[in-house]
Amino acid sequence: MTEKVNEEKTQHIAGLAKLSIDKEDLPKFTEQLNDMLEMLDEIDTVDTDGVEPTYTVTDRINVMREDVADNWGQRDALLHNAPEAVDGLIRVPTIIDESEDK
Amino acid sequence: MNYFDNDLESVHQQLVNGDITSEELTKQTIDKINSEADDIQAYLSMNDQAIEKAKAIDAAGIDPDNIFSGMPIAIKDNIVTKNMKTTAASKMLENFTSVYDATVVEKLEKAGAVIVGKTNLDEFAMGSSTEKSAFKTTRNPWNLDTVPGGSSGGSAATVSAGEVPVSLGSDTGGSIRQPASFTGVVGLKPTYGRVSRWGLIAFGSSFDQIGPLTNNVKDNAHMLNAIAGHDEHDATSSKKEVPDFTEHIDAGVKGLRIALPKEYLGEGVDPEIKTAIKQAAETYQKLGATVDEVSLPNSKYGVMAYYVLASSEASSNLERFDGVRYGYRADGVKNLEDLYVKTRSTGFGNEVKRRIMLGTFSLSAGSFDRYFKQAAKIRTIILNDFQKVFKDHDLIMGPTTPTTAFKVGTESTDPTEMYTNDTLTIPVNLAGLPGMSLPAGFSKGLPIGMQLIGRPFDESTIYQAGYAFEQNTDFHKEKPQLGGK
Repeated sequence: MTEKVNEEKTQHIAGLAKLSIDKEDLPKFTEQLNDMLEMLDEIDTVDTDGVEPTYTVTDRINVMREDVADNWGQRDALLHNAPEAVDGLIRVPTIIDESEDK
Repeated sequence: MNYFDNDLESVHQQLVNGDITSEELTKQTIDKINSEADDIQAYLSMNDQAIEKAKAIDAAGIDPDNIFSGMPIAIKDNIVTKNMKTTAASKMLENFTSVYDATVVEKLEKAGAVIVGKTNLDEFAMGSSTEKSAFKTTRNPWNLDTVPGGSSGGSAATVSAGEVPVSLGSDTGGSIRQPASFTGVVGLKPTYGRVSRWGLIAFGSSFDQIGPLTNNVKDNAHMLNAIAGHDEHDATSSKKEVPDFTEHIDAGVKGLRIALPKEYLGEGVDPEIKTAIKQAAETYQKLGATVDEVSLPNSKYGVMAYYVLASSEASSNLERFDGVRYGYRADGVKNLEDLYVKTRSTGFGNEVKRRIMLGTFSLSAGSFDRYFKQAAKIRTIILNDFQKVFKDHDLIMGPTTPTTAFKVGTESTDPTEMYTNDTLTIPVNLAGLPGMSLPAGFSKGLPIGMQLIGRPFDESTIYQAGYAFEQNTDFHKEKPQLGGK
């Protein structure tokens, strides 16, 4: 059975990924998500009884190394990419919006 | 005369002999790129230190044992470079410069290659035309009204136009092979684990591989030699020995057992492409190979499984773009949550958002078993199909794409139609196999690509078969006239 999402559900999924869809774009995103779900409708009809899932095709598992710290010494270069940096630290906005307490 | 009408070995010889210096060659390369930039739009940024680097190599002397010494090359802009910006064609990374070089870049720099610029792609490598780039749409040198394919469209177009002899792309569901097919060049996606992904901006980590785009098969083998091998920075890179891929490249195909899956010549594949592939099969038979029809019955489920799995991996990989530590940050935010949401909502393009949302949905409670886990099981049965065929065949052949290059602006807005572009390339990524596209004909003036698929870590057989085909056909010798100009 084809799963369908409405606009509210589409916005909810976007929210889970820390996205917000503009009101005018919401019908289009909802339609496209439903198109994709329609394409995926057949997924249950594939017989996979007793089949193990494959999550990776690498031949390597649990690669270990010595727990040795490697100090790149590149703090300034890294901070250079930060949108806002002060005194060797990354600046972010207030975590809790104080205006909401008033 | 264009130097890059010649193969890498002869350009290298001219550098060694001093017929041309790396500085002259690099200058000519950059001039040609700049003079064609308005038409092709292959590059997102040029390396302003390229001439300096070339001069330094000339001063030190061209290394006669190293084919890339002093050689101009191009890199897809989702592979990080510390001397140039890396944007992934996203507003999110518009002004981002990495503090380190990707392993492949480090290897090529060490070999003396001169990186002339970073090439355009679909944003975060999600797309099949470069139209999803936040900055520009690259054009196909064969016909400027058509797309070069994607996501490695810039890397394919610049090689096709003869601007550089070799470039690097990345391939998650066909992003090297499909543009190679559309632009008439040779593009290889190596076996998963053959090339380090360190410094490749992650999309679908269990699928992504970096690989070469070149004018011919042997140049491609030279490039794989330069970038392959284990890397302690990428735990999924393999410790398997790396052979010299050029060494037995002229071994021929006598006795080679080639499989031609009937599904690859099925519904939706352009009749002229089917004819070209059947003719290629005849060429192989004439050269002493056998070609048998086989079946990959579950490959038709590949698109479904891929879009669930790759989008899920993408939704997780792209969580890091939050406006805090690097990249774009939205203005006028009132708290941290608002910073995340506004940054991501205005920094990502719609295609990236769509895939993040599909992935987030597939992984969410209530959907995980139906979509994500089931897709991973389908991946297993597709893998089993390939293993069965490889029990008594050495190579699989088929078309790379169902159609030739489509017109700019005509890609369907229905994502499910858009994704069928990748029907023939996706199963190879699901199974982690090596696959290469090479020129195999023309339809209405646009190149047709043939895909050769090998056993895991057997790129050598792909190269041998590709080389044999190239030696007996002239398709790779045809060069575009910049859309008839």
